[in-house]
Amino acid sequence: MSDDNGTPLSPEQQGLRDQLKEGYNLIGKSPIKVDGMAKTTGETKFADDLSLPRQLFVKLHRSHVAYARIKSIDTSKAEALPGVVAVLTGESLPIPFGILPVSQDEHALCIDKVRFIGDPVAAVAAIDEDVAFEAMQLIHVEYEKLDPVFDPAKALLNNEEPLHDYGDDGNVHKRVSMNFGDVEGAFDDADLVLEEKYFFEGNTHLPLEQHATLAWREPDGRLTVWSCTQTPHYVHKAMSNVLEMPPSRVRIIATPNGGGFGGKSDPFNHEIVCAKLALITNRPCKIALTREEVFYCHRGRHPTLMNMKVGFRKDGQMTGMHFQSLLDGGGYGSYGVASTYYTGALQTVTYKLPNYRFDGVRTFTNKPPCGPKRGHGTPQPRFALEVHLDRAAHELGIDPADIRLNHLCPPDSITANWLKVGSMGLGPCIEKVVEASGWRERYGKLPHGKGLGLACSSYISGAGLPIYWNAMPHSGVTVQLDRGGGVAVFCGETEIGQGSDTVLAMCVAEVLGIELEDIRLVVGDTHTTPVDLGSYSSRVTLMMGNAAFQAAERAREMIAKAAGERLEVPSVRLRFAENRVFDVQDPEHGLTFAKAVQLAETKFGTIAVAGSYTPPATPGKYRGAGVGPSPAYSYSAAVIQVDVDPETGETVVEKIWVAHDIGQSINEMLVIGQVEGGVYMGLGEAIMEEMTYRPNRFGVHKIPSMLEYKSPTTYEMPPVETFLIEDPDPNGPFGAKEVGQGPLLPIMPAVANAVFDAVGVRVDEIPVTPDKVLKAMTSKDKRYGPTKYPDLKITDTMYVKTLEQGGDGTSPRPPKAPTSSGKKVSS
Amino acid sequence: MNPTTEAGGPPPPPTSLAKTHMVLRVNGEDHEVAFRPHKTLLEVLREDMDLTGTKHGCELGECGTCTVLMDGEPKLSCLVLGLESDGVDIETVEGMAGPEGGHPLQHTFAELGAAQCGYCTPGFLLTAKAVLEDDKDPSRETLVEELSGNLCRCTGYLKIYEAIELAAQRMREKGSSDEGGSHV
Repeated sequence: MSDDNGTPLSPEQQGLRDQLKEGYNLIGKSPIKVDGMAKTTGETKFADDLSLPRQLFVKLHRSHVAYARIKSIDTSKAEALPGVVAVLTGESLPIPFGILPVSQDEHALCIDKVRFIGDPVAAVAAIDEDVAFEAMQLIHVEYEKLDPVFDPAKALLNNEEPLHDYGDDGNVHKRVSMNFGDVEGAFDDADLVLEEKYFFEGNTHLPLEQHATLAWREPDGRLTVWSCTQTPHYVHKAMSNVLEMPPSRVRIIATPNGGGFGGKSDPFNHEIVCAKLALITNRPCKIALTREEVFYCHRGRHPTLMNMKVGFRKDGQMTGMHFQSLLDGGGYGSYGVASTYYTGALQTVTYKLPNYRFDGVRTFTNKPPCGPKRGHGTPQPRFALEVHLDRAAHELGIDPADIRLNHLCPPDSITANWLKVGSMGLGPCIEKVVEASGWRERYGKLPHGKGLGLACSSYISGAGLPIYWNAMPHSGVTVQLDRGGGVAVFCGETEIGQGSDTVLAMCVAEVLGIELEDIRLVVGDTHTTPVDLGSYSSRVTLMMGNAAFQAAERAREMIAKAAGERLEVPSVRLRFAENRVFDVQDPEHGLTFAKAVQLAETKFGTIAVAGSYTPPATPGKYRGAGVGPSPAYSYSAAVIQVDVDPETGETVVEKIWVAHDIGQSINEMLVIGQVEGGVYMGLGEAIMEEMTYRPNRFGVHKIPSMLEYKSPTTYEMPPVETFLIEDPDPNGPFGAKEVGQGPLLPIMPAVANAVFDAVGVRVDEIPVTPDKVLKAMTSKDKRYGPTKYPDLKITDTMYVKTLEQGGDGTSPRPPKAPTSSGKKVSS
Repeated sequence: MNPTTEAGGPPPPPTSLAKTHMVLRVNGEDHEVAFRPHKTLLEVLREDMDLTGTKHGCELGECGTCTVLMDGEPKLSCLVLGLESDGVDIETVEGMAGPEGGHPLQHTFAELGAAQCGYCTPGFLLTAKAVLEDDKDPSRETLVEELSGNLCRCTGYLKIYEAIELAAQRMREKGSSDEGGSHV
């Protein structure tokens, strides 16, 4: 036997594989989270729970206008206020930053322009929060107002005073056009071509914990920053760059996040300002945002207008798809370029789709920046696709479950856009929810007002490529052994509530046959732990898990060699379980784990070993092929039952059945928790959550409070029945795939499809609110949704041959774009 | 005249910053504490008593995260002034566990994954504790109603219900075995 690279396995490695084949000690079970009791006793220290002696409090003065040039900033009154120690403006922090290398467009404090209401302009550090607040209000900024733009369709046209001086043109931040296969020919070959417009309103993460940061200049001049970030590695990069300090002298410690959901994945202005003030004042500085400020931080779901055109054969097989998205990006780049690509990336991995074209545009507007929220760029197109399939099923007289089941993307295949699909469990997911919900007996047959809807989805288990291109590992883990049998595990991963700490400990404990209580974790610290890129893109379990497996396997190998010598047993026969190392043929013949560690330390010296993980190469080589590839794709299916009141239009979600293809659960309780949490968050997006602004009131946020930004309470959350499909993926640790984001995705389209089954109207816009349902019921075409789609001004489409066409994943020079066909279009 | 000012030092703080001195009864103990009179109980607990187990999510009474028990009733500590807490028995999450270990709710929340990020957890725990004081076997409908003022963004509330129901069951079983005199 050999490993994936063809290298023959050592006897110790073979012994581990035999051990795992005989059954897991921990994997797939539901031990209590390693941080479980700390969280229920109030002992977990979140960022704002930390304080240091002599600490100053920082407040930001934020813009109250949406778009303006800064003429002058008068800080004199603030500086004169007793208790104020320092006041900071943007000229002290001239180096721009941003999460993506291509969008370094933020300043910690605005220098030339403000771009949305809430953009920070100045900062104060004072002896306490009251003084800081008062001083912040004493700062006076003189603005020269500019004409703001709030509507992305207008932003497409508005080039007079674009928000930024970079991007594709004017306020167009990014324009993408990619064509795989013969899309126009596919429409000509189709029996039915459906085209429709969809809109997905923006919404925000709303973590219960408000962002907070504590920064400290150590006596030797080095900087330590504690912050509730999902990505300490990227904060580290931005911080050392903007502060012009060597990265080796900047330490970022990610505190446990009180909810992230993508909202704490950017390096933030308040983090950099807080650190700068700590350096200037030589005192610890802390900032904790108010809830209103958290709304202005945002980086949430992009409002997205979409045009979906799909050709179908009579049996429901898609012949080709042309998908267009217009993303409302807000004031800065954030992850927006990736978000734009993601709206076009994953349409191909669920159902057979031989020909595909994607046009996407992201515009800047004078609103808080959008970025990655759970599902990052994929919930919007998923909504459009799954509602579109429901439409097609009705037009073609096919059951919505069958139009999906009959045309699943095959496992171990390459899609039209060159994504490599490995394990693929969507079929069993659909079958589970269809059976459990009584779909075959009940769909289309419930009384008026009651309905069932079905939708599916897929998500990446980590992005195949890092944010900054390099060939280094995406995750690293070190394991250090103590003579007492204790194991210290170091990893840069960040616990955001998803359970990554527990997954890390479980992977190591499984390999070494020890208990979770014997493991001490050191995580999320850029100075003491190996890099893990962060808790985003559902990457942690797969990537950190593989790195942890490798590190633990290397430690196990040394222990097995030493223990085998002492026991006079070939090390391939050694098993590690119950804190013992023993002969599988004579389990009584063995040593305690601690004794075995002592023997290994005697033989090899002090034992500290590392493991790391780098994703496999991806088959797509064209420009833009970096977004979408993943070592493994998870799959989900959901059936939702609704009760729609035809008088009020109110939709009550009564029950949700959801199935998720997890590959293999590491901790089953945590997996189900992620499924239920994703379903909950999707439900909020489906029926109530919206991040909206008042264009007629200068672009102020409509609802920057938790009372007015509606999110589901206990009253709105229905019972959820969860099914896990376990078909281990060869790329996942123990076969595991992601679960943090995928199960959110089918919820929004399933609700819209259920509303159609209940009252026979289409709401092609998220959220599905009562007013929209009523408007659809009274409209002629029994529909509510967008009716216009602007010209995206696509001039330069990239043509890529599919595998079927004999392509090699690269993009040759583009031919002239063909004119659109005259095929009859039904909508 | 203030000698510090005379000597050229910093001027005295404005009167609005002068602190009130009082005794608060928190988790069964009397604590002397000095704080500015406009401070909320939430701020006094976290900033002047270092009891950071009580969290804040909005400081506007909208999310339930800062819930503490005042004379056994769940209250939003962000909407109560420290000054109003005179003579009241205040219980925070730090007071739920004793020398013998955690409250049954603390164990079941951890065991069943009812605490994901854990930030809303103290508020839910104290609300649930008050519920179980009144109703030893609460129905799902009761829990939906009683917990409707606490927001959680991680769990969808489902595991929270399960954890409260399991804790209630364990407390009933322990109660009946205690009554039966099975322990020595």
